[in-house]
Amino acid sequence: MQTGDLSIILPEIVLSVFAMAGLIAGAYGGRDRLGPAMIWTTSALFAALAAWIGLQGAGTATAFGEMFTDDAFARFAKVTILLSAAAVLLMGKGYMARCDLIRFEYPLLIALAAVGMMVMVSASDLMALYMGLELQSLSLYVIAALRRDSVRSTEAGLKYFVLGALSSGLLLFGASLVYGFAGTTGFAGIFEAVQGRAPVGLLIGLSLVIAGLAFKISAAPFHMWTPDVYEGAPTSVTAFFATAPKIAAMALLARVVYGAFGGIVGDWQQILAALSVASMFLGAVAAIGQRNIKRLMAYSSIAHMGFALMGLAAGTVAGVEAMLIYLVIYVTMNVGAFAFILSMERDGAPVVEISALSLYSRRSPTRALAMLVLLFSLAGVPPLVGFFAKYSVLLAAVEAGLVWLAVLGVIASVIGAFYYIRIVYIMYFGDEESELDAGGSTVLASFLVVSAALMLFGLWNLAGIEGPAAAAASTLVR
Amino acid sequence: MESIILFAPLIGALLCGFGWRIMGETAAQSVSTALLFVACVLSWIVFLGFDGETRFTHILPWIESGSLATDWSIRLDRLTAIMLVVITTVSALVHLYSFGYMAHDENFDEATESYRPRFFAYLSFFTFAMLTLVTADNLVQMFFGWEGVGLASYLLIGFYFRKPSANAAAIKAFIVNRVGDFGFALGIFALFFMVDSISFTDIFAAAPDLAEREVAFLWTTWPAIELVCLLLFVGAMGKSAQFILHTWLPDAMEGPTPVSALIHAATMVTAGVFLVCRMSPLMEFADWTQSFIVYIGAITAFFAATVGLVQNDIKRVIAYSTCSQLGYMFVAAGVGVYSVAMFHLFTHAFFKGMLFLGAGSVITGMHHEQDMRNYGGLRTRMPYTFWSMMIGTLAITGVGIPLTGIGFAGFLSKDAVIESTFAGGTDAATFAFWALVVAAAFTSFYSWRLLFMTFFGEPRGDRHAHEHVHESPASMVVPLAALAVGAVFAGMVWYKPFFGSEQKVQEWFGIASGEKHAQVLLIGAARAAEEQNDASGEDSGSGAAALPGQGAIYMAPDNSVLHDAHYVPAWVKLSPFFAMLIGFALAFLFYVRRTDLPAKLAANQAPLYQFLLNKWYFDELYEHALVRPAKAIGRFLWQRGDLGAIDGFLNGVAMGVVPFFTRLAGRAQSGYIFTYAFWMVLGILVFITWMTIAGGQ
Amino acid sequence: MTAQVLAFYLFAIACIAGGVFTVVARNPVHSVLWLILSFLSAAGLFVLLGAEFVAMLLVIVYVGAVAVLFLFVVMMLDVDFAELKAELARYMPLALLIGVVILMQLGMALGVWTTAEGVVLAERPDSVAGVGEHNTDALGRILYDKYFLLFQLAGLILLVAMVGAIVLTLRHREYVKRQDVVQQMHRDPSATIELKDVKPGQGL
Repeated sequence: MQTGDLSIILPEIVLSVFAMAGLIAGAYGGRDRLGPAMIWTTSALFAALAAWIGLQGAGTATAFGEMFTDDAFARFAKVTILLSAAAVLLMGKGYMARCDLIRFEYPLLIALAAVGMMVMVSASDLMALYMGLELQSLSLYVIAALRRDSVRSTEAGLKYFVLGALSSGLLLFGASLVYGFAGTTGFAGIFEAVQGRAPVGLLIGLSLVIAGLAFKISAAPFHMWTPDVYEGAPTSVTAFFATAPKIAAMALLARVVYGAFGGIVGDWQQILAALSVASMFLGAVAAIGQRNIKRLMAYSSIAHMGFALMGLAAGTVAGVEAMLIYLVIYVTMNVGAFAFILSMERDGAPVVEISALSLYSRRSPTRALAMLVLLFSLAGVPPLVGFFAKYSVLLAAVEAGLVWLAVLGVIASVIGAFYYIRIVYIMYFGDEESELDAGGSTVLASFLVVSAALMLFGLWNLAGIEGPAAAAASTLVR
Repeated sequence: MESIILFAPLIGALLCGFGWRIMGETAAQSVSTALLFVACVLSWIVFLGFDGETRFTHILPWIESGSLATDWSIRLDRLTAIMLVVITTVSALVHLYSFGYMAHDENFDEATESYRPRFFAYLSFFTFAMLTLVTADNLVQMFFGWEGVGLASYLLIGFYFRKPSANAAAIKAFIVNRVGDFGFALGIFALFFMVDSISFTDIFAAAPDLAEREVAFLWTTWPAIELVCLLLFVGAMGKSAQFILHTWLPDAMEGPTPVSALIHAATMVTAGVFLVCRMSPLMEFADWTQSFIVYIGAITAFFAATVGLVQNDIKRVIAYSTCSQLGYMFVAAGVGVYSVAMFHLFTHAFFKGMLFLGAGSVITGMHHEQDMRNYGGLRTRMPYTFWSMMIGTLAITGVGIPLTGIGFAGFLSKDAVIESTFAGGTDAATFAFWALVVAAAFTSFYSWRLLFMTFFGEPRGDRHAHEHVHESPASMVVPLAALAVGAVFAGMVWYKPFFGSEQKVQEWFGIASGEKHAQVLLIGAARAAEEQNDASGEDSGSGAAALPGQGAIYMAPDNSVLHDAHYVPAWVKLSPFFAMLIGFALAFLFYVRRTDLPAKLAANQAPLYQFLLNKWYFDELYEHALVRPAKAIGRFLWQRGDLGAIDGFLNGVAMGVVPFFTRLAGRAQSGYIFTYAFWMVLGILVFITWMTIAGGQ
Repeated sequence: MTAQVLAFYLFAIACIAGGVFTVVARNPVHSVLWLILSFLSAAGLFVLLGAEFVAMLLVIVYVGAVAVLFLFVVMMLDVDFAELKAELARYMPLALLIGVVILMQLGMALGVWTTAEGVVLAERPDSVAGVGEHNTDALGRILYDKYFLLFQLAGLILLVAMVGAIVLTLRHREYVKRQDVVQQMHRDPSATIELKDVKPGQGL
């Protein structure tokens, strides 16, 4: 260990120290009265770290015996994670306050989860991977159950925890099989050892590792926890679940398959393609039956992860780039959509029923319009950015020769468009006047409008994310 | 200047169509009319000052895709100049005329509906589209104008949208034109396929090559040039209502009468003739297609004239007359004297436009009565209209002093057509000659019949209507007078350039010849407009044969029809005149002297009369042979195909299969952790099994 | 067959048997006891491998703390395991089938097990450590040097676990009496007790 290593993980150290200091301050100081201030501080720190990491120069550095890699890919993912976490944290403040859930631990747990995610996307060793993953997961388990007087919330936390433990077990078993073959846990070492044809044992290990990670991105059939947890957890926590951890897990998956198993693309490509198809179709089909908008967003995220996986399954630089762009756009759309969901209230109490949106356009035309844009973008309707996200992954898949996958993706996208547009239909052509409150916090409204505006104006140059995404993708794929 | 001519009507259409709410109806109408008159004046300036050199005015780059590069530019040559004058003159006068004609209309509610600005906007838009068509320097631009006039025609025929018959006629016109346009479009594709360019300059330069080539189309191999020309002519047939595709033109009379005058007599229907003349450098190499054009034109001229003999609706008579005269033009183009075709087009625009406007005047005077059997004795009530119609009739029937070159416009141009046809000498031309002479007699008959039935004799029909007959307002009479001037003098003034000596015609149409031009082509500068202009300017008048693509029209070196036409026997020159006299005599006998004869003849020759009255049963034939089967197929595809198969499939998927899976997914989501874990393990199992079987060593 | 090999098979069989009986035992208390047997056997295996430190950890942490905690929980919670098991029994055939299939596949994988070129399998853990070095020393050195990052991250994970447990269970209820030791110790009788001289027959 050298001081150079420490300087590479300085952002993580800063965030951890902040979290620990915050815990001490909270425990000995103002306790939950510090909550709102803590949320602001954490968000600000996230944003500052994002700026810091984003402005770091190009180049690749490794620390701690190549366990930790700081490269363009990691930086891209970290910036996205931190920014989305900051946004979601700010958005959720009002909601948490109204539900009397502002505990000072909440932002700090999210900060620790963020540390975990940053370790995940930088991990270049199976053990570092696992540590990051557990740090993130454990924090998420806790905040899922944060509303402890609600049966649904605790149930959500418990389900998430038990199934998460199962997935961790699978991951560890797979990792040990990989170690057994390669004799090392470092990605670079595994990459060297695994070239060309791989023995069955290694492939089983690979399957298990992918399965464990697929649980984290809630790809079918490892998605079962998602709807229940999304529904049970407080909405602001759900918003967090739907954004940053998805990027982290997806980036981690990309890092594992390319960093460690880049020599056997053909083998994991099949698994990822299967996961992709299953997720896209399950997400599209199951969401149709939902009446609760949070559950619907859960299936929506499953379907979207299917599309992101398609980019990964392409096995090309273009595919990784498409996946990264897809993730950024997906996160932007979800931030907006959850800003809308968080503002759904009747007499000050949160509402999650889709039917409550009936004729919402008359009650609040601007919000309804912004949500319309977001929903069309989520559905992938052409002039909006969401379409280009889908288009780029489909293109990557086609160019990689996976035409069947792209065709299935288009079909799933058509099915999926139904439930998004149904919400639009209800908002604009419902049969009874919405009883939702028209007002709402300006923070939420601005997030909603900005996100919707990005869907329209991002058409130019995709807001400039293509360049960094391409750089990130090219550092990852060897 | 050409740009102003081209875009003034468009601006007028936009201002009038969208701006009338701001500036008011009358102002909107005035604006569009004024712009048209501006265009008209400029066109005359261009026409009179034009020296025959082809000019190009680049406006904007339009479509670029692969090797297809289309610019929006104006090609100004003699053909274009003639068409500019015809279009803008008739259009401007029709605009003016419409002030009076459209002032009151029982089809619309005066108080609440503003139909007039819409009408004027359509008229101006039509004019713009037509000008685009004639100024095009490539086929795609021309096709744009071609479709634009089709659209305007559709809108104007169906202007009285509350009348089912008008809607039906509009749809009929549109669909029949689609058949022709399909041929035209295929022709364009074929040309692009073979020449790799759609610019006229390139196409004409490639014409000699095309004549050598063959191309596979449908199930056989065709000479490339014949195929292209035939396809283009199919387009022309549709637009110009030639035999087989003629059925829409009489029905198009459902539109307001100014529309009939502008679109269905003077301009749009002549677009086909224009197309054939424009494509003369290709047509000259396509002998077989030329014969085909001659046959079709002759048949049309004869057929339409026979039908015109017995029609009772005043506008339908004129419509069949138009159809017939278009046949004359095609015959002239088919035998290779494009200048004569254009000559007839030019004069026809004046007298036929005037006949229509005169008919419109009668119709307004008679309170929208169109059946000639209810007219009679209007001579004194509507003197101006009577005299203008008289001039029109004299012009169309071809009254003049034989062998002198003095006569009404139609006399000179029609005789030119008939003489050229005789000079053509081929089987087709001989057939066409006799058909045209007979048609000339018929033309004379039905034209005089129209005049006699309308203006002579005793008033028939509704007394009340006759008591309130009145002369039309000045806005309607003035255009009649203006056109009358054209109908009288257009032939005499421009006889020489169109049908004078060869050299005169060549000079007029800017046909240069000589070695220098060949050099220009050799160094591949055919595209460069200026160089070509220089070349054609210097070389005009020299004796050697011209090359395709220089000047407005092209006549192959072996095409001596124009020359021969001047040396036909005297009986040929006199034949149309005598045909006219026979027609006049019969009409005078039937409708002035012995007014009981027509009814007797109709009774005697009932089958023939019915055959003609029902337009050779073409509509019935198409109804049974094409429309009903098409509708049956459509109904089948709609009911079985669309509703049954496609909707059924999609509804089945959307309302059956997807919800089924949705329920399944919902049931799998039981809420129990062990179910969830079970699915995860199952997923693992599948992956591991897959990996064990598919991968590994 | 040396004593060592004999001991290995003994421990291995005991370990697997313990695992099986943990699952199938009817009485949950018995399940926990079987689990403890399994842990102990595993500890024995570690000893055989020369990893005494890990073995002791297993005994102290898992047997001494975790398993005993389980025992308490099971005893305190009145969970009807028999009913849960009956529910599970319905899925048993399918579960068994899946289990057998996975087992067979793992067997196949192990049957053809190879390692990558150049990978040397260590015979014994102490062959990794330096000669004469205690494996506690070796573990300590590697944890604080090579795996420093992971060690710290593990610390963070434990911190999160602790914070989580507190967040989810600790409640600061108002109007709840709490013991304040300092206050108790500094309690001054003179401030809290008032002596009244009550005369007989009068009362206050």
